[in-house]
Amino acid sequence: MPLIRDGHFAGDDWVRPDPDGAFVDDASPDKLLLPLSVFLEHGAALAEAGKRLGVEISNDVDPDSLAPWFGRLHLISVLFPKSADGRGYSIATRLRRLGYKGELRATGRLIADQYALARSCGFDTVEISGAQAERQPEAHWLEAERAMSLAYQRGYGQLRNILSARWTAR
Amino acid sequence: MYRYDEFDHQFVRERVAQFRGQVERRLSGALNEEEFKPLRLMNGLYLQLHAYMLRVAIPYGTLSSRQMRKLADIAERYDRGYGHFTTRQNIQLNWPKLKDVPDILDELADVEMHAIQTSGNCIRNVTADPYSGVAADEIADPRPTCELLRQWSSNHPEFSFLPRKFKIAVTGAGADRAVIKFHDIGLRIVESDEGRVGYEVWAGGGLGRTPMIGIKVRDFVPAVDLLRYVEAIMRVYNAEGRRDNKYKARIKILVHEKGGEAFRDAVEGEFARIPLDESIPVEKELARIQQFFTPPAYETLPDTSEVLAGSLAAQPDFARWVRVNTRPHKAPGYTIAVISLKPTGGAPGDATAEQIRAMAAAADKFSLGELRVSAEQNIILPYVKKSDLHALWQDLEDGELASANAELISDVVACPGLDYCALATARSIPIAQEITERFADPALQEKIGPIRIKISGCINACGHHHVGDIGILGLEKTGAEAYQITLGGDPTDSAAIGERSGPGFPAEGVADAIEKLIHFYLEKRRDGENFRQTYQRLGHNVMKEALYAAH
Repeated sequence: MPLIRDGHFAGDDWVRPDPDGAFVDDASPDKLLLPLSVFLEHGAALAEAGKRLGVEISNDVDPDSLAPWFGRLHLISVLFPKSADGRGYSIATRLRRLGYKGELRATGRLIADQYALARSCGFDTVEISGAQAERQPEAHWLEAERAMSLAYQRGYGQLRNILSARWTAR
Repeated sequence: MYRYDEFDHQFVRERVAQFRGQVERRLSGALNEEEFKPLRLMNGLYLQLHAYMLRVAIPYGTLSSRQMRKLADIAERYDRGYGHFTTRQNIQLNWPKLKDVPDILDELADVEMHAIQTSGNCIRNVTADPYSGVAADEIADPRPTCELLRQWSSNHPEFSFLPRKFKIAVTGAGADRAVIKFHDIGLRIVESDEGRVGYEVWAGGGLGRTPMIGIKVRDFVPAVDLLRYVEAIMRVYNAEGRRDNKYKARIKILVHEKGGEAFRDAVEGEFARIPLDESIPVEKELARIQQFFTPPAYETLPDTSEVLAGSLAAQPDFARWVRVNTRPHKAPGYTIAVISLKPTGGAPGDATAEQIRAMAAAADKFSLGELRVSAEQNIILPYVKKSDLHALWQDLEDGELASANAELISDVVACPGLDYCALATARSIPIAQEITERFADPALQEKIGPIRIKISGCINACGHHHVGDIGILGLEKTGAEAYQITLGGDPTDSAAIGERSGPGFPAEGVADAIEKLIHFYLEKRRDGENFRQTYQRLGHNVMKEALYAAH
């Protein structure tokens, strides 16, 4: 499915293996994006085998529960079941504040107009369906990301912070 | 008043341009309705029964005469020549066209106004005591806090897609006129024993279909920690608030289901984890905002005016208006004047473009160019010299704005109801109109004394019927409108949710029932008692029976 990285459509080399398949072997891809339960069960062995691991979580998972595994996680993908369901933004904020440094991905129903918010909360990439990519091509994502250049909030990334700007302008 | 700096200006302009693009993409089909809806809502645009409705923010209910004139202008050029002031201190335009909305927003930006987050599942316009900065019983002006929260909540990256709408109110006075116990978050400015300024924090209050009085989350949050504390509440709510049922999605349900203690623990736990970002000076920022709200240079006046005393003696109608529609002011010789938008037979909160201009002119002449919108859907002039009251009253008389009924029985609060609203199940405005006609006699109104009648046209309770002394809820029952009456609600510190009286009344029976109740009260009350006190003394059952008495 299409991936948006830095405002551009990009390729995705992460693979979601068939959880019932035999992916714990040398022939499986190097970058595996796993459901949480599979990650918890096989994560140690796969990391041992030299795989790079990612985990895909629903938006009701407690970010604290992932903290012990940050060392072996290179990607956390948070599902957005509906564009109006904003739980994922808080998960991203909490993960970043807990010190997670790997790639953070929003997967599902995010629209271009939410891209800048997602990035401010700490997401690096957004993964959308092919159908949505057709309706909302790359140009929309680039434009939406640049629509707002200023933000009032402290502690979120991306945009120029108005309070800082205000106080350095003086 | 707060004035935008270059950054505030740029922010609002960018936001308008962004929305213009979103409207274009909706029209081209790049955005489907499901995707567009939250975007238009958080820019104040509803789709109502007959047309779009644009709700323009009047942050904490404070606006200038210049802004007021712009509203009149927009109502005339883009709408049908009137606007509706709401219980949340905003104004609604009922007939704008979708294609015009970005232009309207641009014109609002010209006078430092916007419609950002006046609807949608995000943090809404922050409301305040309408007498902020001037009330005699005030400890501190709540508006700098409101402005700080307005900025902080604008386009918040994390909290723009909440389970449901989120409303914050702030008071800085002894008496709570901001209804903090019925808000998602209510803040009261307090001083600690060591003389530090901070906030008492309430959360989980609300009206709607499940009315609840909020819980006190903390006795004291120092000013410097306010935004982090609010952030903690928001994060707990965003993560844990219910999303499976929109009627159970407000924070009040989370607080109720989780339990007050567990909710407090979750908030405190989250608060403890939010890093203190020293690089951005909240206290300096609050101080910067406070400069915009320093009291004006009041003239040194005697507290009583001889000019006024003369006019009062000579003109009983004027004297009545002064008795009923003015409130105690901090500064000697000054008063707070309430312009009632509740004329006999009128739609509560509605004002024509001409009246809006007349109020702007009155503000320029008599109130340092500043006005307020109150939760009672009236307009307040905060800086009136007592010696000017007569001239002001004459101007208001000319504009049909001099109804002497503030907080009396005909000062009815009502939502737009089935005449406009897509959610309504019954009409509100005609009920309000009939009540104001029934009790039109000003002498009778004064005799009845302070009483709150509040009407909602559906269970969502935008007319705040739960907190009326008399609350009226319009429902639809087997094809006909039926009105359920509640008694004993109270929005103030002694917060109470009105109790249901019994079977509903047909539309034509509501005013009769209320009339019976009022006559019963006048008969039974003791010297000096108001409606609420008589209700409390006699009890719900006795009062309720009066509603249903055969005569």
